[in-house]
Amino acid sequence: MAEILKNGQVHSDNWQVLHPEADADLASVTVAAGQWLVPFALWQAQSALHSRQDIGVWLSANDDLNEVAKHFNQWPLLAIDFPKFTDGRGYSMAWRLRNHHQYTGELRAIGNVLVDQLFFMLRVGFDTLALDPKVSPEIALKNLTPFPDVYQGSTDNPDPLFRRTDRAGITHGGAQ
Amino acid sequence: MYRYDDYDRALVKARVDQFRDQTARWQAGELADEEFRPLRLQNGLYMQRHAPMLRIAVPYGMISSAQLRVLGAIAREEDKGYAHFTTRHNLQYNWIPMDRVPDVLARLAEVEMHAIQTSGNCIRNTTTDQFAGIAPDEVVDTRPLAEIIRQWSTFHPEFAFLPRKFKIAVHGAERDRAVVQVHDIGLHLYRDDKGAVLARVWVGGGLGRTPILGEVINEALPWRHLLSYMEAIIRVYNLEGRRDNPYKARIKILVKALGIEEFRRKVDAEWANLKDGPATITDAELARVSAYFTAPAYAQLPDNDAGYEARIASDKAFARWVQQNVHAHRVPGYRAVTLSLKQKGFAPGDITDVQMDAVADLADAYSFGELRSSHEQNLVLSDVELRKLPELFDQAKALKVASSTVGLLTDIICCPGGDFCDLANAKSIPIAKAIMERFDDLDYLHDIGELDLNISGCMNACGHHHVGHIGVLGVDKNDEEWYQVTIGGRQGNDTRLGKVIGPSFAAADMPDVVTKLLETYVSLREPEERFVDTVVRVGLDPFKVSVYGDKANKKKEANNG
Repeated sequence: MAEILKNGQVHSDNWQVLHPEADADLASVTVAAGQWLVPFALWQAQSALHSRQDIGVWLSANDDLNEVAKHFNQWPLLAIDFPKFTDGRGYSMAWRLRNHHQYTGELRAIGNVLVDQLFFMLRVGFDTLALDPKVSPEIALKNLTPFPDVYQGSTDNPDPLFRRTDRAGITHGGAQ
Repeated sequence: MYRYDDYDRALVKARVDQFRDQTARWQAGELADEEFRPLRLQNGLYMQRHAPMLRIAVPYGMISSAQLRVLGAIAREEDKGYAHFTTRHNLQYNWIPMDRVPDVLARLAEVEMHAIQTSGNCIRNTTTDQFAGIAPDEVVDTRPLAEIIRQWSTFHPEFAFLPRKFKIAVHGAERDRAVVQVHDIGLHLYRDDKGAVLARVWVGGGLGRTPILGEVINEALPWRHLLSYMEAIIRVYNLEGRRDNPYKARIKILVKALGIEEFRRKVDAEWANLKDGPATITDAELARVSAYFTAPAYAQLPDNDAGYEARIASDKAFARWVQQNVHAHRVPGYRAVTLSLKQKGFAPGDITDVQMDAVADLADAYSFGELRSSHEQNLVLSDVELRKLPELFDQAKALKVASSTVGLLTDIICCPGGDFCDLANAKSIPIAKAIMERFDDLDYLHDIGELDLNISGCMNACGHHHVGHIGVLGVDKNDEEWYQVTIGGRQGNDTRLGKVIGPSFAAADMPDVVTKLLETYVSLREPEERFVDTVVRVGLDPFKVSVYGDKANKKKEANNG
């Protein structure tokens, strides 16, 4: 069970992530009772899961978001997997889900979710973050907002700094 | 030049605090080496052969005298008394201990400098024309939009973990001095017949292992859409660029694989959702940033001066310096001056702490306290009064930054190579030094004329060897250092990649190889013809024969047979 960051606090919940074997026949993988996040392809392969209220879906970079978007209202939870923290595709997927496909439900980052990427994840549209088990939740909480402001817009605030403030009025200080 | 306001200052300070905390967590074992690696890279910190290397951003090459003095003080107090200007305007230190880096960054922040995104798989420092704002052939001053791009790309939440590094270059003149076609995104700012500023956008250029020139993805993008359009390009790249092989991960490989038509279709589809949205640059924002780049208080001066003319007539060394290192300026009575960082016995682009202090003084005395760093690894005083050129020459000469070789053979572009860099396959600085040693006769250099000699110590091509008239690439063969030579490359409006002349050479042979190439050129050239133009006219064969002798012929026969 992973520690979940949500609204600036640490929570625990009962969602588990199902990772089928690479060569598994998705139609025949057993999904036990309880709250499971399953791969989108597995969910598509098992229509029996579609009536379960305790099944959510996690996405990998290969999933077609246009297909995913047809089913938004069928899941209590949608997640994007970061197989490695250096794989940045999940940021653009989250942005597209929120802005292009107008997904408004809970969007969770799962996988190799480390401390120094959380700020970026919250900006692009994730609202819950399932920390990698080796990450200390206390250190993660301290580093949720490393910057006092941002220059560019994203999902959290589409307006860039220059549309939100009157920077022309600010006087100079500093050493030069 | 641009000055930080409270927002910029707070963000850069927060970055210093963040990096100090990251370093502490790494030292405490809370961050694994591989987890810390991209974080330190995005602060310009590499683990190198001898010590960490710290790369400081010089955004679009603009630097003040006050900043240069602090860079000099850091070189003196934290490093070994020198630093190195790169081919992307930036400055590198080679000997600063890891645990000193947060304090160095804090000191830089006090003079509005940082090392943000000078490495890593993110959007890097935007480069431009070192004569932006003063070149007579300039149509649009690139600096305000370059600063707007800097701010937009800084800590971009979606683009911090791209498949590979991402470099943007912009020029706004008749002549491209920023080599925009070898960048991931190249921008050429120009005006339509009503005076509105448009951008021609190239995508998918890059050097490295697979050198490719960019292709035009948009001929006429109105300036206010620059950020949203680049966001569309980079989002498509972030999602679809290859991540299985770092050598195939640059956007150029994606653009080639899809074809420019299909790539454009994807970008346009993405952009359809963004166009005219909040990322659209406002008139007010452009005006705000442009106000930092207004012309300095130029004096009303004639465009000639008796003392200057007399010195040219009487002093050949001065006349040569003027010919090579002094550049036209749009304001009468002013010139731009390149201070050469190519001195015999020193690595190209290197500058000592003493020189940094003294050059800062020159900037204060002669050029409104501002300088530019060029991608040719020199410094530029952009606004010097013509009548003061003689005294500036004397002072620059005393500082050993007046080598009158700008644009000539020994104005070598050179990466740090195997002496410092962990990526290198071979040393590059000793090759540069040996060539500078061999060709120190100014008469000969001036007779040879314009010649770009570029040296890289590995396929990553930091020394831009592909676009050198003569390019030298260090390669590793069975743990020995060898050098492959290309000729016919060039930068500018007609950017081309050089062609390999044949098997590679040992380091000791390199000066002889260059001598033979030059002898061939001298014997074949037509009046006023540059080396590279002779190569284009006559082809590679005469050069191959001069370098390889019979071997070149035999190989050719074998190929024909």
